[in-house]
Amino acid sequence: MFYIYCPYCEEYREEEEFHPKGEAHIARPEDPDNCTDEEWGDYLFFRKNPRGVHHELWVHAAGCRKFFNVTRDTQSYRIYESYKIGEQPSVSA
Amino acid sequence: MQKYSGFGLLKHALSHHENWQRVWRNPKPKPRYDVIIVGGGGHGLATAYYLASVHGITNVAVLEKGYLGGGNTGRNTTIVRSNYLWDESAHLYEHALKLWEGLSQELNYNVMFSQRGVLNLGHTLQDMRDIQRRVSANRLNGIDSEVLDTQQVQELVPVMDCSPNARYPILGSSWQPRAGVARHDAVAWGYARAADALGVDMLQQCEVTDLLVEDGTVTGVETRQHGTIKAGKVGCVVAGNSGVLAKMAGFRLPIESHPLQALVSEPIKPVLDTVVMSNQVHGYISQSDKGDLVIGAGIDGYNGYGQRGSYPTIEHTVQAIVEMFPIFSRVRMNRQWGGIVDTCPDACPIISATPVENLFFNCGWGTGGFKATPGSGHVFAETLARGEASELAKPFSMFRFHDGALIDEHGAAGVAH
Repeated sequence: MFYIYCPYCEEYREEEEFHPKGEAHIARPEDPDNCTDEEWGDYLFFRKNPRGVHHELWVHAAGCRKFFNVTRDTQSYRIYESYKIGEQPSVSA
Repeated sequence: MQKYSGFGLLKHALSHHENWQRVWRNPKPKPRYDVIIVGGGGHGLATAYYLASVHGITNVAVLEKGYLGGGNTGRNTTIVRSNYLWDESAHLYEHALKLWEGLSQELNYNVMFSQRGVLNLGHTLQDMRDIQRRVSANRLNGIDSEVLDTQQVQELVPVMDCSPNARYPILGSSWQPRAGVARHDAVAWGYARAADALGVDMLQQCEVTDLLVEDGTVTGVETRQHGTIKAGKVGCVVAGNSGVLAKMAGFRLPIESHPLQALVSEPIKPVLDTVVMSNQVHGYISQSDKGDLVIGAGIDGYNGYGQRGSYPTIEHTVQAIVEMFPIFSRVRMNRQWGGIVDTCPDACPIISATPVENLFFNCGWGTGGFKATPGSGHVFAETLARGEASELAKPFSMFRFHDGALIDEHGAAGVAH
C-alpha cells in the first residue's frame, strides 16, 4: 500500500486515489510518418521495466486528476520522490 | 526411475515408507551442456522433459536460482482452459490442453488434472455478444465450447447469485467442459522427475548472473554458485525476470513485470465443483480438493518485482467474489500471496529466437501461463531442437512488435486480466 505525495495537491494521499500509468518520459517521435518500423515499435511497445529505480507516470484520479511523475524502486517498492510533468527526477539508477 | 503404482505403495508400506527413491538427483554441474534452460518453473521443466523425451537431447541442465516450481508455478490459481478467440492462441492452448489430458499417465505422476469445466460469465449484452463470437470461433477450431443461459448457469452453480436483482446480473456464460484445474506443484515435480530420469540435470540454487555472448552467439552462462557453464543453446523461461536476462544479452523485450495476487480461504465443505470466471466484475474462483476456495483477479497496475501487491487490489478481488457469491461473505481468508507476471502489450506470449544466435526466449505469458505449461514446453523444446520456431510458435515471435502482426487477445479471450 503506497502513500503517495501529489505535487499539485501538495499532500500525501492513499494509493487508492491514484492510478499508475506506466513508464514516464516517453517522447513521441518527432516525425512519425518517417519512422522505421523498428523506431515506431520501440515507441509503442518497448519499455525499460527495470528491476530497481523506475520513473513512472501516475494520475491523481480521485483527486485533482492531474498527471505527475514518481521515482520508485520496483524491487523494494520504496518511493523516492514525486515531481511535476516537465520536471526532471533528482534520483536515478 | 522408480515407477509409482498402487502396488508400489503397498510394497513400501512394508518398510514403513522409508526407502523411497529420491524424486530427482542433486547433480554436480558439468562444464558444458548441449542445452541450458534458465528457469526451473513448470514451463522450463516441461521444455527440458520434451527435449529429452521427444527430441532425444538429454545433455540438458535446468538452472534455477531458488527451488523448482517456487515462482509463478506455485503461485497461480491453477485454471486450465483453451477457449481463446484468435486461431494462433486457440491452437497453442488447445495443444496444451490435449497434452494435459494424458499428462498424469505420461509422467507417471498424478498431476490431479480435473476436467470440471470453466464458466466465463457474461453480465451485459455486449458480454453475451462477445461470448457468442468466441464460442463460435472455438467451435470452428475444434474446441469444445457452449453458450449457456442464466438458468443453465444456475443449475451448474446453485450457490451463485443468478437473480435479476444482482448489481451485475448474470445473463449467461460460455462453458468449456474439458477445461478444469490441476495441482500446480505436482506439475513441476512430475516434469522434473520425468526429465531427471531421462538424464536432465536439475541445478537448484544456481543463479544466472550473465549470459556469455561472443560474436553475436551465446556460448554459455555465468552463474553465482558454479561459475561459467558452457552451452550449445540457451533457452530462457524466467517469466517476470525475462527483461533482466534480455538486458544481459543486450536487447530489450516488450514486457512489463507486474505483481499478480491470489488468495485462498480456510477449507470448507464441497460447495463449488467447477471454475467460475467473470471478466466484468473481475474475479475468478474454484474450490481445491482440499476444500479451500482459490481466488484471483487482476494485476496491480504498477511495475513491480517484489512478489507482493497492494491491499486495495485484494479488496476489489474479494468484492467481485462476494458480488457473485453472497454465501461466501463470511468465509475467512487463510493465505494471500503475489507472483511477478510478465505481461506483453497484446496479452500473448513470446516463444522466439532472439537477435542473439542460439539464444531463445519463452516468456510474456502474463497472467495465464499455467494452463499452457505442457504446450509451452512442447513447442519450446521443438524450437530449441530445430533452432527455429516450431509451427505453433511461429506467430509468437518477439519481432511481431516491430512488424505489427500482433495477436490481440486482450479482452478477446474473455479472460480476467
